[in-house]
Amino acid sequence: MAAPAAKQEGFYDCRDAWARTIEELAENDPRIVAVVNDSVGSSKLGGFQKKFPDRLVNVGIAEQNMVGVGAGLANGGRIPFVSAASCFLTGRALEQVKADIAYAGFNVKLVGQSSGVAYGELGPTHHSIEDFAWLRPLNNIMVVVPADSWETAEAVKWAAVHEGPVYIRLSRMPVPDLAVENRRFQPGKAELVRKGNDVTIIACGTMVHLAVKAAEELEAEGISARILNMATITPLDEAAISEAASETGAIVTVEEANIHGGLGGAVAEHTSAHLPVPIERMGFPGFVPTGSVEWLFDHFGLTAEGIARSARKAIGRKRG
Amino acid sequence: MLKNDIADTIREKALWMRRRAFKMVFDAQLGHPGGDFSAIDIIATLYFGVMRYDPKKPDMPDRDRFIMSKGHATGALYTALCAAGYYPEDWLSTYMQPQSKLNGHPNRNYLPGVETNTGPLGHGLPVALGIAIAGHMTNSDYRTFVLTGDGELQEGSNWEAAMSAGNRKLGKFTLIVDRNRLQQGMGTEETNGLDPLDDKFRAFGWDVEVIDGHDVDALVSALSEQPGGRSKPLCIIANTIKGKGVSFMENKASWHHGVPNAEQFKIAMEELV
Repeated sequence: MAAPAAKQEGFYDCRDAWARTIEELAENDPRIVAVVNDSVGSSKLGGFQKKFPDRLVNVGIAEQNMVGVGAGLANGGRIPFVSAASCFLTGRALEQVKADIAYAGFNVKLVGQSSGVAYGELGPTHHSIEDFAWLRPLNNIMVVVPADSWETAEAVKWAAVHEGPVYIRLSRMPVPDLAVENRRFQPGKAELVRKGNDVTIIACGTMVHLAVKAAEELEAEGISARILNMATITPLDEAAISEAASETGAIVTVEEANIHGGLGGAVAEHTSAHLPVPIERMGFPGFVPTGSVEWLFDHFGLTAEGIARSARKAIGRKRG
Repeated sequence: MLKNDIADTIREKALWMRRRAFKMVFDAQLGHPGGDFSAIDIIATLYFGVMRYDPKKPDMPDRDRFIMSKGHATGALYTALCAAGYYPEDWLSTYMQPQSKLNGHPNRNYLPGVETNTGPLGHGLPVALGIAIAGHMTNSDYRTFVLTGDGELQEGSNWEAAMSAGNRKLGKFTLIVDRNRLQQGMGTEETNGLDPLDDKFRAFGWDVEVIDGHDVDALVSALSEQPGGRSKPLCIIANTIKGKGVSFMENKASWHHGVPNAEQFKIAMEELV
């Protein structure tokens, strides 16, 4: 069992990149405002509040109002970033997200903090593993899941200039920056993190760096694993998935989310209609037992070893 | 315009709106005419006596905003926007037909003049609050009006917004409650009582005025900006009659989404003159 990730050198909490970036953007664009539900601290918006006290709207513990207020601020010409723990932002205010943001089409950026099982021992009430399944069918909202600090900053910068609803899903789990050359954030496009021909591991968010480690482990066995960082869940990069299916013949999906209706579901929907290949979907099957984040990752196989195991299994299911 | 002329214009528009809305409902055999009729005098007063807007520039940044939180009363909203010049009358004839811009609940992406999509209850007040906060942040002088039903106030999201608005002391923010005392099945007080509604809003930090929601002079007076402005949001509890204007519809919960047959339509047209 690894030591708590928080203490690992070279690992960063993506919320710091988010907070730094939103402050920089707000310096240059007076339309940018933040909306929170008593979540200044957990959203790391203390600095923003200090610099722009009149541009931080704290509605208190009232998520339905928070999301509605975000829509109204957009109507009034502001660019609101509505930031709250993703479990409450997407769960408690789901109808507001559907009707006021996605259906109405307001230029609102929802920033889900501490997503997945980041709240560990606090339990399923505070986990946000259903958010992909809830938001994916809302076809007017882009769902973006940065894998590291660099991508977080790029996604926030992009969201500020993109006209339309966006959900950015962040974690508080520290992750290392991915080693990819000449990186460019492309919304709606999968990022090729590593080339490979035997299997494709499609991961997002906190799972991408673990997928890279799994690929290194597999390489030692002579298995060449392609890694795609699927930072945009909707709209999905279907071309990259088709390519992966046809060129590698087996897919593993890894997400810090419920395996029903999330990234794995989306990939399976696409491949089943176009090019069916064996898929191993990794994530959580439903409400999880009590445990720390590290324990939960370990328990559900969301580790380099676990991902490598799923990759071997997917390869073993290939026909012929 | 002189004060009396304004009131006459509003009454004239309100009469046209009632007749035209009922025709829409009759043709579609769908709609919510009871709530249309309780709200029409309020909405006509806003569009033809109070609000600043330009139908040729529906996105004008400093326009006054009207948010129809009781989004099911589309007969009232769609006829008002039409009479205000946002679109031609023939659009009204498409009400709820396949591919119509006039959906059963308003969609801002289909129709100019619609500020936000409503339909699920308890959504308009939070969105309107956000609009009012944006105006306050930017020192704009636009006013924000939101109309809710009374039964709708059973939704908790309204009280989240009411608390926040009261704490923010938003003087250009006005909520009008269409207090017809009936929800879709029965009376509000028999269902989940709201009284004393005025005290509730005062306790949340609002100014409150209780008026007759069909008295155009009272509506103009309550909805017009006070000299010197306000330091709190204003809640106008407009006592209204569901189905107002048609004898057999008044105060009948069944006309929440009841639709007229040919005979009822004929009688209504004879009464609405």
